[in-house]
Amino acid sequence: MVRVQTEDFDPGAELDALVAGRTDVGAAVSFVGYMRDHNDGRGVETLTLEHYPGMAEKALSAIEEEAHRRWPLNASLIVHRVGPLQPSDRIVLVITTSAHRQAAFEAAEFLMDWLKTKAPFWKMETGPEGETWIASRSTDENAAQRWTASPNSNPKS
Amino acid sequence: MKVLYFAWIRDRIGCSEESIDLPDGKPFSVSDLIITLVERGEGYAAAFEDREVIHVAVDMVETTHDASITDATEVAFYPPFTGG
Repeated sequence: MVRVQTEDFDPGAELDALVAGRTDVGAAVSFVGYMRDHNDGRGVETLTLEHYPGMAEKALSAIEEEAHRRWPLNASLIVHRVGPLQPSDRIVLVITTSAHRQAAFEAAEFLMDWLKTKAPFWKMETGPEGETWIASRSTDENAAQRWTASPNSNPKS
Repeated sequence: MKVLYFAWIRDRIGCSEESIDLPDGKPFSVSDLIITLVERGEGYAAAFEDREVIHVAVDMVETTHDASITDATEVAFYPPFTGG
C-alpha cells in the first residue's frame, strides 16, 4: 500500500493495522524519516515537500512491487507526506513484514533507497538564508545503485 | 498537450502548468519542445539552461530528451528527485 498525504501519521497505529489479523508475519521492520533543523551546515526552519500527483503514487507502487518481487514479504506500507513541515515532523514511513527478519530489514532499506531517487518528490528548505531547493545527493544515488544488481542477489551478503 | 513544471524549474518559468499545441503531423521530441519553450522568454531560458539536470516524464513515465511526444497528453519537466 502507498499513500501520499499532508497529514501526519501514527507509526504504531500503522504497524498494528498492517499486521492485524495476520498469523503468517514473523517480523516487521519500520523506518520513519524525520525533518531535522540543519542540513549541510545551514539552519532549516521549514521543509516544503512537493510531489507530482499521480506519478508519485504510481512510482511508489512500482517500487513497492519491485520489493515484493525481490523478497518474500507479507505486506508493506509506504506513507510520504507533502507540504510544509517543521523540525521534528515525520516525513516518511516505510513498513515491511515477512515471515523472517532478514527479508523485512533488507526490503525496508531497499524501499527507502529507491524512493529517494526514483519517486517524484522535491524538498525546499526555508531558513535564515532564504529558500533553497535541495540538490540530489550522490550518496543517495550510490545507495540506490547498490540494489540494481539482479533480483535476489543482495550485495551485502 | 499539457506541460507541467516542478520545483525550481517552475519557479524560474513562473507557472506550474500550461497547454501547448504541437505542430500538426510533424514528429516532435522532448528536445524539440525544450527548444520551442526556450524561445518563449528569459524565465524559460533560465529554467532550461543546464539540460543535463532537466529530467522529463511523458505521461508520467520517466524518459529521455530524445523521446517522442507526438502522441503525448502530458509532459513534465523536473530536477532530480529529493524525496524521502
